[in-house]
Amino acid sequence: MEQTASHILEHRDDTASKLGMWLFIFTEILLFGGLFIVYSVYRYKYPVAFHLANHELDKTIGLINTVILLISSMTVAMSVSSIQRGNKKLTITLLSITLLLALIFLVNKYFEWGAKFHHGLYPGSGILHDLSHGDILFFGLYFFMTGLHALHIIIGMTFLAVILVKVKNKRINSGDYVLLENGGLYWHLVDLIWIFLFPLFYLIH
Amino acid sequence: MSLDSKSHRLPSYLEYRGKYKGILAWILSTDHKRIGLLYFYCMSTFALAGVVLGLLMKLELIAPGQTIMTAQTYNGLFTIHGLTMIFLFVIPGLIAIFGNFMLPIMIGARDVAFPKLNLFSWYLYLLGALTVLSSQFMGDGPPDTGWTFYAPYSLQTHTNVLAAVTGAFILGFSSILTGVNFVVTIHQMRAPGMGFFRMPLFSWALYGTAWIQLLATPVIGITFLMVVAERVFHIGFFDPTLGGDPLLYQHLFWIYSHPAVYIMILPAMGAITEIIPTFANRVVFGYKAIALSSLAIAFVGYFVWGHHMFTAGMSDTARWAFSLLTFLVAIPSAIKVFNWTATLYKGSIDLQPPFWWAMGFIFVFMIGGLSGLVLGSIATDVHLQDTAFVVAHFHYIVFGGTGFAFFAALHYWYPKMFGKVYNRRRANIGLLIFFIGFNCLYFPMFILGMMGMPRRYFDYLPEFHAWNIVSTIGSWILATGLIIIITNLLRARKGTPEEIDNPWNGRTLEWQIQSPPPLENFEEIPIITAGPYERHNTAE
Repeated sequence: MEQTASHILEHRDDTASKLGMWLFIFTEILLFGGLFIVYSVYRYKYPVAFHLANHELDKTIGLINTVILLISSMTVAMSVSSIQRGNKKLTITLLSITLLLALIFLVNKYFEWGAKFHHGLYPGSGILHDLSHGDILFFGLYFFMTGLHALHIIIGMTFLAVILVKVKNKRINSGDYVLLENGGLYWHLVDLIWIFLFPLFYLIH
Repeated sequence: MSLDSKSHRLPSYLEYRGKYKGILAWILSTDHKRIGLLYFYCMSTFALAGVVLGLLMKLELIAPGQTIMTAQTYNGLFTIHGLTMIFLFVIPGLIAIFGNFMLPIMIGARDVAFPKLNLFSWYLYLLGALTVLSSQFMGDGPPDTGWTFYAPYSLQTHTNVLAAVTGAFILGFSSILTGVNFVVTIHQMRAPGMGFFRMPLFSWALYGTAWIQLLATPVIGITFLMVVAERVFHIGFFDPTLGGDPLLYQHLFWIYSHPAVYIMILPAMGAITEIIPTFANRVVFGYKAIALSSLAIAFVGYFVWGHHMFTAGMSDTARWAFSLLTFLVAIPSAIKVFNWTATLYKGSIDLQPPFWWAMGFIFVFMIGGLSGLVLGSIATDVHLQDTAFVVAHFHYIVFGGTGFAFFAALHYWYPKMFGKVYNRRRANIGLLIFFIGFNCLYFPMFILGMMGMPRRYFDYLPEFHAWNIVSTIGSWILATGLIIIITNLLRARKGTPEEIDNPWNGRTLEWQIQSPPPLENFEEIPIITAGPYERHNTAE
């Protein structure tokens, strides 16, 4: 009766893996989609307050973070190309740069959030509570949406770190790199969401 | 023909020994059949607990005033009854149990596309379930909001809403991953020769369902996260004192939860669509219409959520549009019912327990569906909103629809899953008592609703007394039937295994392999040469 689940070990289908990843990314977009709906409802309801509140955000840090994420998306895409060419060392370097950029993004975010907390502009604070409803919702949405996005950055970093180790161990190589491709896809998603968050919060006119 | 030669029988999925022993061989197994059974045992346990809670509620309502519990206990009871039944049993039930078990076999595959992810989904399900249930024992008492967590009450109550909402979020995640798995499995793993229009219709139903799981669940996920954030950080999304809009919560909630109704009912319809041609001994009538109606229901069902909110304060235009769209869903549902009936016409009908269950399903589902139209038209809904009528309609669809289909599917595939047969006479007697009890329990609630009895109260006016007594007695009859059905199945489980590879003369692929199926389902992947309900659909 000795049998092993051989089909699980033998079965490999890269198309299926990527299809699965695309579907999952689709659900992630819908997850944020719910928040974009909430954002549009309240921006429609409180246009003036949203317009004024956005001046409290630091456009420079926002812009720097946007550039950082765009570059990190580029490096992760390059890492896929380099593993296809079998260049393990370059792949590791590119993935490390991606992780470093992600970390810089989070550090920037930390200082940005820290400044808001310093001014008392956070949900539940007395100062914010005395401001208008539009302000409360703007900062509530700001913290919730950028917070959820930061959580996705952390998940993406963990994913890429696991991939990095697997590249080192040669478990991911020029013949089998679908995991790296999926990691890259996820990272582009994280980037894409930020591309929408940045104008919605920082660049309102 | 039969795919396995009778000369040798492979060890079944229940017997094979892998790397692990004992319970680990189950909870670490990536075999879709074992995972299906893991879901089966967990969900049956939760569902039985939910039944007991329901019986207690009915007992409370046997007389006006306080009978066996206080108002607060009753509020907690209907909340956890709803949470358990909906999130732990009815939404994932047929998909996770019979979908997992049968889908790969029906499309001629050895497993789902992502077996490890499949096991992970089960762990997420268990984690979510335990989190939901922990709300009963921790914090300031069981949640009392109802399963819908309507804001702003869910933000204000001191009871332990947080754990319940977090648990529901985790369950949603599990549901999404199962959906991803099934869509990819159906796209990538079909046996050679099995085009989309040669798939059994249960697979079609699962396909439509998996898409709803993907498209709708993220919305409830984010909504529940917002409720969590509201309670912890007081952000104000749905709190009018901070500028938020409680109605927005209802919209977001029903954007998921109405499609979720179709997550419940589509696989149920799919199972019925397998049973009817088998026992009518005919090729199913209107294959393409049934297949596409699954997708139509999935699609239109996405745009009708507003009919839950006719009295909540929407514009007349919105109410009019939602009402119209709601009526449109009746069309693909009716297509299915007519095709089932047409399949029976001139069939050679074999009256076995699964077939009786399917007939019971059609009967109660028709009542449920037609009463849904009453609630879908604005004029009558304004009168019936939040009355016992809604509870009756809901249970006719969810319990009568999905619940009956669950038992139909269980009786249909039981010999395949366990390689054993149950006592058919006892199964029929159980069903008859269950059916009588069911109608006796829920039909009076239609009348009570029209008389004006509101739902979700532990007390009622004296003029509602008589029908409430009938309803409570119905709940006891139903429980008796349930006990007979369950003991019959449990007894069969202990019985001796029999070689019953195809007890019902089924024609789909799962009946062409041995019972219980071997670990890899097929020694050789079959080559499909005809539609799923043709007599010879695989190449020698």
